[in-house]
Amino acid sequence: MHDSKDFKIPIGPQHPALKEPEGFSVALKGEKILGVDIRLGYNHRGIEKAAEERTYVQDIYLIERVCGICSHSHSTCFVQAVEEIAGLAVPIRALYIRTIIAELERIHSHLLWLGVAGHEIGFDTLLMYSWRDREVVMDILAAITGNRVNYGMNTIGGVRRDIDAQQTEDILKALTILEERTKYYIEVATQETTIIKRLSGVGILSREDVLRLDAVGPTARASGVKRDVRADDPYAAYAELSFKVITDDHADVYGRTVVRVKELMESYKIIRQALKNLPAGPLTVRAPRKIPVGEAISRYEAPRGEDVHYVKSNGTEKPERVKIRAPTLANVQAVKHMLRDRYLADMPIVVAAIDPCFSCTDRMVALKEEDCARAKIINWQTLHAFSIEWYKQQGIDFTELNKKLQDKLKG
Amino acid sequence: MSLTKKIVTWARIKSPWILHFNTGACNACDIELIAALTPRYDLERFGVILKGTPRHADILVCSGPVTKQIEDRLRRIYEQMPEPKFVVALGTCACSGGVFDGCYNVDSGIDKVIPVSAYIPGCPASPKALIDGVAKLLTSLEEKEETKKSGR
Ligand code: SF4
Repeated sequence: MHDSKDFKIPIGPQHPALKEPEGFSVALKGEKILGVDIRLGYNHRGIEKAAEERTYVQDIYLIERVCGICSHSHSTCFVQAVEEIAGLAVPIRALYIRTIIAELERIHSHLLWLGVAGHEIGFDTLLMYSWRDREVVMDILAAITGNRVNYGMNTIGGVRRDIDAQQTEDILKALTILEERTKYYIEVATQETTIIKRLSGVGILSREDVLRLDAVGPTARASGVKRDVRADDPYAAYAELSFKVITDDHADVYGRTVVRVKELMESYKIIRQALKNLPAGPLTVRAPRKIPVGEAISRYEAPRGEDVHYVKSNGTEKPERVKIRAPTLANVQAVKHMLRDRYLADMPIVVAAIDPCFSCTDRMVALKEEDCARAKIINWQTLHAFSIEWYKQQGIDFTELNKKLQDKLKG
Repeated sequence: MSLTKKIVTWARIKSPWILHFNTGACNACDIELIAALTPRYDLERFGVILKGTPRHADILVCSGPVTKQIEDRLRRIYEQMPEPKFVVALGTCACSGGVFDGCYNVDSGIDKVIPVSAYIPGCPASPKALIDGVAKLLTSLEEKEETKKSGR
């Protein structure tokens, strides 16, 4: 039996439970997880570097594709930084439209998550239900922006498309349907015994750990930490809208589920207010092609947590440096902590509970020659001799056999 | 064509099993693929089932411009699939690199690494485009079978 020894199993990069290519190496003792090594990098495309080689306008569309689920988050966060450097006063109508799209995106992302979470615990009915309802938001997004994902709504100094009266009506109609459905999901999440039993006590992350590991977004809020950029450091039109920051004290996967479904209700509230108060006016201000010298940091509450972009400009039409800190990078350390001493079967749902987005997160580490001091190149003869020695040490002697072989070759 | 082979081809066209592999995509194409399998679009009515392992799959659906890190894995997964196998490049960046063309860590397209049978453009490719692409691929297979038959 193995139980006195611990062993390692590799998961990924291609794995049925995870849609993105990431590798985990899980050290196990029986069913218990001793430690997890997360191997990122399969999805690293080098966007930050590429952003330096393209103009600001091209970068909006590139950075939108950092992540296809929170695409509006990334592009808004980026243009906010650029607008700050350039000192542009973005029209209020544009800020409102950005907010509306942002909340629609949060709805689509949270519904998507609910489905994935259902799938990970073997509750595929929930997946089909919530994805069916998600299509309602997708239709609205497609109608307003022209694309289902990667909306291309932002431009430096404003937004590219308007919301007209007909669309407003459509959005309100869709919200009514979604609200009905969300009430049902809240009921399911808070009363359905299967879900409660499966999710509570799984992936515990205490309040102290959230503060120590700097978790963000719903992961932090589910542990009772009131951390939401929309309220703490309002951007776009959030300062003028009233909403509640949802928190929960369960500090486990169940808490994260509750936070997300309740946040859906807040999003409906925000969109309704924004549509009602949508001010008239232009959509954009003229932005210069060359952005003046300067640097800025911009924060944004993406569906997964706080997103931070840093942009440095050197006075040309291309940025000198763009740095992206996506929410998953902040939460990924917490996952390691949550998994320790848990059972292997909980792993998919615990990982899914932070709503990971590895395409936002992937980094690359370049190893320099010096770091590989142990590596050396050996030729065939040395390798052969080394292998014979190695086997001798293991108590297997190939000398006789080798001689026979040599003789045969000669003869 | 022997009878068993006939049955196998018929089954394959009527019920292709797909494997999805993310080769560095931005996630949008991946969620659109899942969306195509959920009630609104319901690819399963064509007998398409998403499978977890390359050994069960007939069609490999790849999204993403192929990062350097994933290149070997992609090749290995392709080799593990049983013959005959087909590859679908989903999304503009899987077809040609798209917006990531020229990045230092990408190969700019699935076809730089493994042969591709169908290209579905779009950034992201919408579920409708995906269904259309898969349907076209299947029709072309059917036609190939027909021409093979009539050639005899
Ligand atoms: S084609 Fe576009 S949407 Fe699809 S994975 Fe590539 S960048 Fe993302």
